[in-house]
Amino acid sequence: MGRYVIRRLLQMIPVFFGATLLIFLMVNVMGDPIAGLCGDRKCDPATAAQLKKEFGLDKPVWQQYATYMGNVFTGDFGTAFNGQKVTELMSSAFPVTLRLTLVAIVFEIVIGISLGVLTGLRRGKPVDTVVLLLTLVVISIPTFVTGLLLQLLLGVEWGVIKPSVSSEATVDELIVPGLVLASVSLAYVTRLTRTSIAENRRADYVRTAVAKGLPRRRVITKHLLRNSLIPVVTFIGTDVGALMGGAIVTERIFNIHGVGFQLYQGILRQSTQTVVGFVTVLVLVFLLANLIVDLLYAVLDPRIRYA
Amino acid sequence: MPEPHEPAEGAIAGTGAGGAMDLAASEATTLTPGGPEGGPGGTGAAAPARSLWSDAWRDLRRNPIFIISGLIILFLVVISLWPSLIASGDPLDCDLANAQKGSSPGHPFGFNGQGCDVYTRTVYGARASVTVGVCATLGVAVLGSVLGGLAGFFGGVWDAILSRITDIFFAIPVVLGGLVLLSVVTSNTVWPVIGFMVLLGWPQLSRIARGSVITAKQNDYVQAARALGASNSRMLLRHIAPNAVAPVIVVATIALGTYISLEATLSYLGVGLKPPTVSWGIDISAASQYIRNAPHMLLWPAGALAVTVLAFIMLGDAVRDALDPKLR
Repeated sequence: MGRYVIRRLLQMIPVFFGATLLIFLMVNVMGDPIAGLCGDRKCDPATAAQLKKEFGLDKPVWQQYATYMGNVFTGDFGTAFNGQKVTELMSSAFPVTLRLTLVAIVFEIVIGISLGVLTGLRRGKPVDTVVLLLTLVVISIPTFVTGLLLQLLLGVEWGVIKPSVSSEATVDELIVPGLVLASVSLAYVTRLTRTSIAENRRADYVRTAVAKGLPRRRVITKHLLRNSLIPVVTFIGTDVGALMGGAIVTERIFNIHGVGFQLYQGILRQSTQTVVGFVTVLVLVFLLANLIVDLLYAVLDPRIRYA
Repeated sequence: MPEPHEPAEGAIAGTGAGGAMDLAASEATTLTPGGPEGGPGGTGAAAPARSLWSDAWRDLRRNPIFIISGLIILFLVVISLWPSLIASGDPLDCDLANAQKGSSPGHPFGFNGQGCDVYTRTVYGARASVTVGVCATLGVAVLGSVLGGLAGFFGGVWDAILSRITDIFFAIPVVLGGLVLLSVVTSNTVWPVIGFMVLLGWPQLSRIARGSVITAKQNDYVQAARALGASNSRMLLRHIAPNAVAPVIVVATIALGTYISLEATLSYLGVGLKPPTVSWGIDISAASQYIRNAPHMLLWPAGALAVTVLAFIMLGDAVRDALDPKLR
């Protein structure tokens, strides 16, 4: 187990550097990193040259990347366009998005898996068909449309929630945004659980469990569900990264000041340091989530052993 | 083995009445070339009548979901080629005096914030979405299956490198990559958006193609071909590709719907398509500012978008059910 974790951690290193380098190149080569510093006007050539020198932008790109990464590992993510430390922005933004993502994942697990079990056990029945159609509808409506509609109905028309979230972003304010963020993945989790349950329902171990007289509830929760959850856990694990990235849209609709908001601002103001810094952390979160998922396999299925 | 199937059809055609004959004849014409679905294999091999493809095609034609989604997609393709067929106006012909007005005779969906006719714009918006979806899917499918297929077939160092590269791309959230890459693009055509989707989408398909080529490679008939001295290209094109392409087609069809949805999301964030291109994403984004006073401006393009994505996802579902009998 320990050796497996170490091997996986080592494998993560090239992916981490590759992904951050890719984003670094995208931001630096595609955009003009100092354009944002001169406001809406174009920088005059002398100022531009001076700024480039100051930030080390006259050096080759690989050297810039190396310097940047060196700083990151000492905890220095640079400064944003308004002079704030990027680490300061992070410490205010990440807790908010983390709460939002957690709310979304709880929705995925509770509603997604329950609906999946319900439909998987009643395959072909009316409940199954209705839920399946609903998941298709949810998948086909883009998140921002769902978000805008829920904001209009619940926030403006019926006044159940506040249409925009306060800067504290408490968990109860994040329930509707979390549901919006989770919606598409929720539908996928439902479909995945349904397929998995329906496949395993005829497995030998389920027949054995029924034959030895276990109550139905125990057969489903202890035997069927545990064995059917592996693909679902994989999906939810890889989804953590997608959720945090996809939070840009949800956070924009509900005016939540989280990672998505800061990234959006960073991109608008062409603040290289903000964008690359936040993406670096997001990539790390994604990689760690995947590692945790792989380790969870062994918990769910004891046949899987890590040498 | 074409015998078990076709003579039976012939027999019906011979003895049946006129109606049955028409049916059998049309069935025979669609079946003999191995079904239209045989095309994507790209092999040109004349498949036997009961190949996977003709089997799948028989299933699909009996599947109401396939027929409904197929008809919707056909309709979308037609109106994106010739939007003037059902909308006589000009989507860019706007009169601010009409801004935000509700529906009126001749303008069933009302007007948007700029006073443009929402119905005309919704019809014309289909073109951008369908173009982006189809082109991005084609690009992703070709690039992904070539790279993934070659890596799976040859293995070794290239396979290891490609796998690590796909890992890297998977670690970057798609919407985020889109924001970063497309925020510097000034062109207002659909091509940057398509290029971006191909760039970030191919790893998904290459992973599928790689896995499916590795599975196909181990089959006895491939080993036999190798023993008989077949060249690599012959083994790949004639023996492996036709047997490995099904999962790629399934994933690509479902991905098409998600690309359309992604285009709208990017346009909503202001980095996707740009005016004067007429697109549902742009219209929804513009309408979201007036959602309290004039929700109709948002609901029509959003509805059209949802129906389009739904149609492609249902088509993908139906194709998967037909191509993967295990899931039934």
